[in-house]
Amino acid sequence: MTDNAALKVLWLQSGGCGGCSMSLLCADTTDFHGQWRAAGIELLWHPSLSLQSGDEVVALLNRVLDGTQHIDALCVEGALLRGPNGSGRFHVMAGTGVPMIHWVARLAARARHVLAIGSCAAWGGISASGGNPTEACGLQYEDERPGGLLGAEFRSGSGLPVINVAGCPTHPGWVTDTLMALAAGSLGPHELDTLGRPRFYADQLVHHGCTRNEFYEFKASAEKPSDQGCMMEHMGCKGTQAHADCNTRLWNGEGSCTRGGYACISCTEPGFQEPGHPFHQTPKIAGIPIGLPTGMPKAWFVALASLSKSATPRRVKLNATADHRVVAPAARKTRLK
Amino acid sequence: MTRLLVGPFNRVEGDLEVTLDVADGRVVAAHVNAPMYRGFEQMLQGRAPHDALVVAPRICGICSVSQSVAAARALAHLGGVEMPPNGLHATNLILATENLADHLTHFYLFFMPDFTRPVYAARPWHVEVQQRFAPQAGEQVRAAIAARQRWFELLGTLGGKWPHTQSIEPGGSARPVEPAERTRLLARVREFRAFLERQLFAAPLEQVAAWRSEAELLAWQDADAGRGDLRQFLAIAQDTGLAALGPGPGRYLSYGAYPQPGGAPVFATGLWDASAGRLVPLDEQAIREDATHAWLADAGGPVHPRAGITLPEPDKPGAYTWNKAPRLSGQVVETGAIARQLASAQPLVRDLVARHGGTVYTRVLARLLELAQGVPLMERWLQHLVPNDPYCQAAELPDEGTGVGLSEAARGSLGHWVQVRRGRITNYQIVAPTGWNFSPRDAAGTPGALEQALVGAPVQAGETTPVAVQHIVRSFDPCMVCTVH
Repeated sequence: MTDNAALKVLWLQSGGCGGCSMSLLCADTTDFHGQWRAAGIELLWHPSLSLQSGDEVVALLNRVLDGTQHIDALCVEGALLRGPNGSGRFHVMAGTGVPMIHWVARLAARARHVLAIGSCAAWGGISASGGNPTEACGLQYEDERPGGLLGAEFRSGSGLPVINVAGCPTHPGWVTDTLMALAAGSLGPHELDTLGRPRFYADQLVHHGCTRNEFYEFKASAEKPSDQGCMMEHMGCKGTQAHADCNTRLWNGEGSCTRGGYACISCTEPGFQEPGHPFHQTPKIAGIPIGLPTGMPKAWFVALASLSKSATPRRVKLNATADHRVVAPAARKTRLK
Repeated sequence: MTRLLVGPFNRVEGDLEVTLDVADGRVVAAHVNAPMYRGFEQMLQGRAPHDALVVAPRICGICSVSQSVAAARALAHLGGVEMPPNGLHATNLILATENLADHLTHFYLFFMPDFTRPVYAARPWHVEVQQRFAPQAGEQVRAAIAARQRWFELLGTLGGKWPHTQSIEPGGSARPVEPAERTRLLARVREFRAFLERQLFAAPLEQVAAWRSEAELLAWQDADAGRGDLRQFLAIAQDTGLAALGPGPGRYLSYGAYPQPGGAPVFATGLWDASAGRLVPLDEQAIREDATHAWLADAGGPVHPRAGITLPEPDKPGAYTWNKAPRLSGQVVETGAIARQLASAQPLVRDLVARHGGTVYTRVLARLLELAQGVPLMERWLQHLVPNDPYCQAAELPDEGTGVGLSEAARGSLGHWVQVRRGRITNYQIVAPTGWNFSPRDAAGTPGALEQALVGAPVQAGETTPVAVQHIVRSFDPCMVCTVH
């Protein structure tokens, strides 16, 4: 069964919800396993998708450690739980008596590439919320601080740092595209951004392709859930700053957070779980949102916002605070110039 | 007597370890360990109440919407908010999409693959089962992933994405559905109906939902032996004795699912007591969590979740899991699709359980039955959406108060209890379905539902991860990540 040329993937889960795996199964393909095989990706073991259980799994992991089983990509989903008091006992891998953080550290040393699947594995994420009672961290980051479980200096066998396929959950396409690029040998250090995220999705903004863009242009803002207007001014939306291609790649067919009626919470960035304000409210100083569109000076934002608000068409203004289109664009002219 | 330490279990959501005491080829005692602690109840303290709608769904990647619904209901209770009919239908549609997807995933990806194991190589059905259900390669496994992928596109439209949909609010859904979208959604639901009718049931869904007894089910099986995945399951179940494997405690808990305008849920609320043959009204006040055998503080003994505390004590003597032991009126209960069907007086499941009890066979059949019932329900709810009527009532949450949110995940009863003081969450307690099913022993030493169900399970010579134990464990469709929130 094993193909020596294939990218051999070992997938482990720790302090997380398993949602990145569940999301992965929503990958846009008519034959998920067929697509992976055709791309030269071989799944050695996955917690939801493999037959092996119990001692069969432990035997496989030991073969990786003693060098008899090669792995190309170690995918870790979920945060690394270092507590209580650094012991790692908040997650002892079933059947082994050994804390998961020890398994991951030892297996990472054997892998050609190491991937953090989702924001928990990348930075700690939601699992590090509040007072972080489990001492959760990412593989190579603790929030935005380099370090994490493996340390800032860690490089996998390929010479790359941990590849952070961040998101909460991560998009199935981000995972699949990353693994396919690794299988094709086309993902080098220049394809990662300064936080180790693949640039093919991290070099874009959630704002790109947002269906509320006309409302954004005129600062015609939603005021309550189910309103159609732009969610930046009042509802906590960070789409103009958040790095991801959610509104051009789309989720589950035709979806995204903003299309689903709720704010982008910037789930691909370190520390998103503790924004310092309620997620559904935009923090402001003197009525101006603190978080401004990426690259936009505050004075210009204030000037443009005030100008565009005064120029807002009635249609856009009325629709912004309604849950359906109350005024349709008039079809007055044809042969538009 | 020998002792087996079994784990890691895969094809359960999260990490699970089971300790088995084995004598004369049978399990004589089992201890179930949820070997991870996540701390969500601690992490929610101090936050704005509305933040629970972002944080709570992230407890679980497979029952994310269920967590979202329970959180929204707890906040709605806190704020005295009611969803308008469109919001209620949209929320039910989103929850049903997840629950039915979970049933599909359980059958094709988690449960059936165990019959491809070499231990069954001599059985007459083994070759065909391998072709159909081998992980990653089986034709039905691959077809089911494709059907699931298309199915979840419902939530791209209804909820932006899955998992961690955030469109469900205390006052309804933040995602209104336009008439043209409803047409597309209906077409998508019919596509899934076609998959179920062709591949899983080889029968119209309405026919499956109308069976009134096991005799009718078996007559249908005989009429066209071997056609469809349900008949294949029945043949395997009969050959391997699944009807007698893994008996539960005989008490079945349902919080009720899919409330309709006016209040009544489609699937009924209550505790089905099988030995008495009667449905006892749910007494939410009679719920207690007993942390005697959990690595968690338990001073003061078992407490109602509204007064619950969650504080790790990793060195606690006598503890063996991170899961507390929920009890209803001091008793062990089982929860899941089987409980919802029993509470709802569904004739086939009542008949099956009267004959066999709650076992691997009846748990799986109850889940499949819900697939047949759920799709027509969703078609009806989509028709009930009224264009341009409101989907969401704006909710002002009070700075002081308490709330309870009860819901049904695919795998059973889920409850959230929230307490708010000065505009911040001061306590948030979650009791998850697998918390009930996979609970440890309580203060009286009474084992939990799975711990009881494993007693008597056969262990063949040389088995270190006994296949019968795997069938029983997976028959509950456990979600360990919810359990160890």
